[in-house]
Amino acid sequence: MDSRTAKELILAGIWYVILSALALTLALPLVWLLSTSLKTGGQTFLMPPKWIPEPFVWTNYSDAFKAVAFHEYFWNTIRIVIFATIGAMLTASLAAFAFARLRFPFREPLFLLVLSTIMLPSIVTLIPTFIVFRTLGWIDTFLPLIVPLWFGGGAFNIFLFRQFFMTIPLELDEAARIDGANNLRIYWGVILPLSKPVLATIAVFAFIHNWNDFFEPLIYLQSPENWTMAIGLRGFQGLYHTEWNLMMAASTAMIAPLLVLFFFAQRYFVSGIQMSGLAGR
Amino acid sequence: MKKGRGLLWSEARDGYLFILPWILGFIIFTAGPMLASLYISFTRWEIVTPSVWVGGAQYVKLFNDDRFWLSLYNTSYYVFIGVPLHLFFALLAALAVNMNLRGIHFFRTAYYVPSLTPVVANSILWVWIFHPEWGLANAFLEWIGLEGLYWLQDPRLAKPALIVMSFWSIGGQMVILLAGLKGIPMELYEAASIDGANWWSRFWRITLPLLTPALFFNLIIAIIGAFQVFTQAYIMTEGGPSYSTLFYLLYLFRAAFENFRMGYASAMAWVLFVIVLTFTAIQFMLSDRWVFYEGDVRR
Repeated sequence: MDSRTAKELILAGIWYVILSALALTLALPLVWLLSTSLKTGGQTFLMPPKWIPEPFVWTNYSDAFKAVAFHEYFWNTIRIVIFATIGAMLTASLAAFAFARLRFPFREPLFLLVLSTIMLPSIVTLIPTFIVFRTLGWIDTFLPLIVPLWFGGGAFNIFLFRQFFMTIPLELDEAARIDGANNLRIYWGVILPLSKPVLATIAVFAFIHNWNDFFEPLIYLQSPENWTMAIGLRGFQGLYHTEWNLMMAASTAMIAPLLVLFFFAQRYFVSGIQMSGLAGR
Repeated sequence: MKKGRGLLWSEARDGYLFILPWILGFIIFTAGPMLASLYISFTRWEIVTPSVWVGGAQYVKLFNDDRFWLSLYNTSYYVFIGVPLHLFFALLAALAVNMNLRGIHFFRTAYYVPSLTPVVANSILWVWIFHPEWGLANAFLEWIGLEGLYWLQDPRLAKPALIVMSFWSIGGQMVILLAGLKGIPMELYEAASIDGANWWSRFWRITLPLLTPALFFNLIIAIIGAFQVFTQAYIMTEGGPSYSTLFYLLYLFRAAFENFRMGYASAMAWVLFVIVLTFTAIQFMLSDRWVFYEGDVRR
């Protein structure tokens, strides 16, 4: 259909105006964030606000990083992400392999049980879990944020893996089985090497989860040297709550890595989110 | 499902071995703690003192606690006003970017990006946006000739302000709904166009009915999530002003981790669990009536 009528062009024009207006509205808070993060203290208190800082105070960022140990919080978060994600990937993919590829009694009810735990409000298990970790002496260590993920890796990840495994032709398993491979070998040698997209999706989401999570680190991590980025930013707010330029610089530092990750791993974001929408089917 | 091959003992054994970590996790981190928290909710226990069985006393205390009802009201306000509006705007955004226009990818990205901001950073940013003297929100109001508001300092406005803030991150739901829209077969629209249906009736007769599974699922997940709203209130308002943003989870958190009333907090957790469960069940029952599952017969 090459012949576009004038009416279609006008409609497209109106559509672009609506789209741009919405994009501008949603972009404003981020522009405001960046703009404030580069202002002098005095310039943050202007009404109507000045959008372009004068001068650009890049030292706000170094000042914010000097004020609290964000580099430590960063490495703490990364360490939690790495150890939690390895456990989640291993145990969730193992379970998903069984649910997608092997037949055993009560497979369907057990999988339903997995799905139903996605809906469970985590608060109902929080207090006893906290007490168990406290009894084990794990409070103020990373273990409460890592160890649970080595036990099934989260119901949603099992679901993601299973969905993906079901798209891999069963003939591959059969061929490997004829060659004498056992189930563990099929899982490790046939299925996992084909599952890089879903592994990447889960890694990306694990990073986002640990980067953003506030409630659990708030409960389990007490001394500042163990804080994650989220808790560290909260601590920073407690100390510098009137210095908006510094607070915006620190907030930008917390947001920026996620945006960088998004632009490098966009397709894994999209596939993961879309899968989460399909969980209801 | 193929029923040709009988169940193999070795296959069943491997199946259970492979899901063993999950089964252990389910027992240790889900089923066990659930039962334990139910038990704790029938005791009085401040961690350092030994626990005392008090029967249903915590629940009686809870139901006579004005602050409990207030936190439930605040949370319900946030859930039942915030979630449907949020979903509505996400749907509008999804419809807006579901066009084959040049550069539409840019708009999809632009709408999605704000939902990536971590809730702590997001909360701090919005305290600044809602700042009564120097904030962006009031700058905008004054620019269009209105008076500035005490967004987070006025008990009547604090909850609406948090809801407005939540609209900034409609992008996550937008992407899910967009996937739903993309899943609607083009032939349906083509057939309807041939029959002379306009955009409006195509939307009501094709788009909306076929999108209901995605809408419905998002609604449930968003409601369950919103019942557990915490961080915004913890960071932005500390439950105030005048307890107007004392949400359920914030009150529970204070009972458990500031006052160490584990019995009371566990009773609260179970009440929330029952509420969420009931609500999910109602949603599922209603869904039979208004959710149209397209070709969902792959069994």
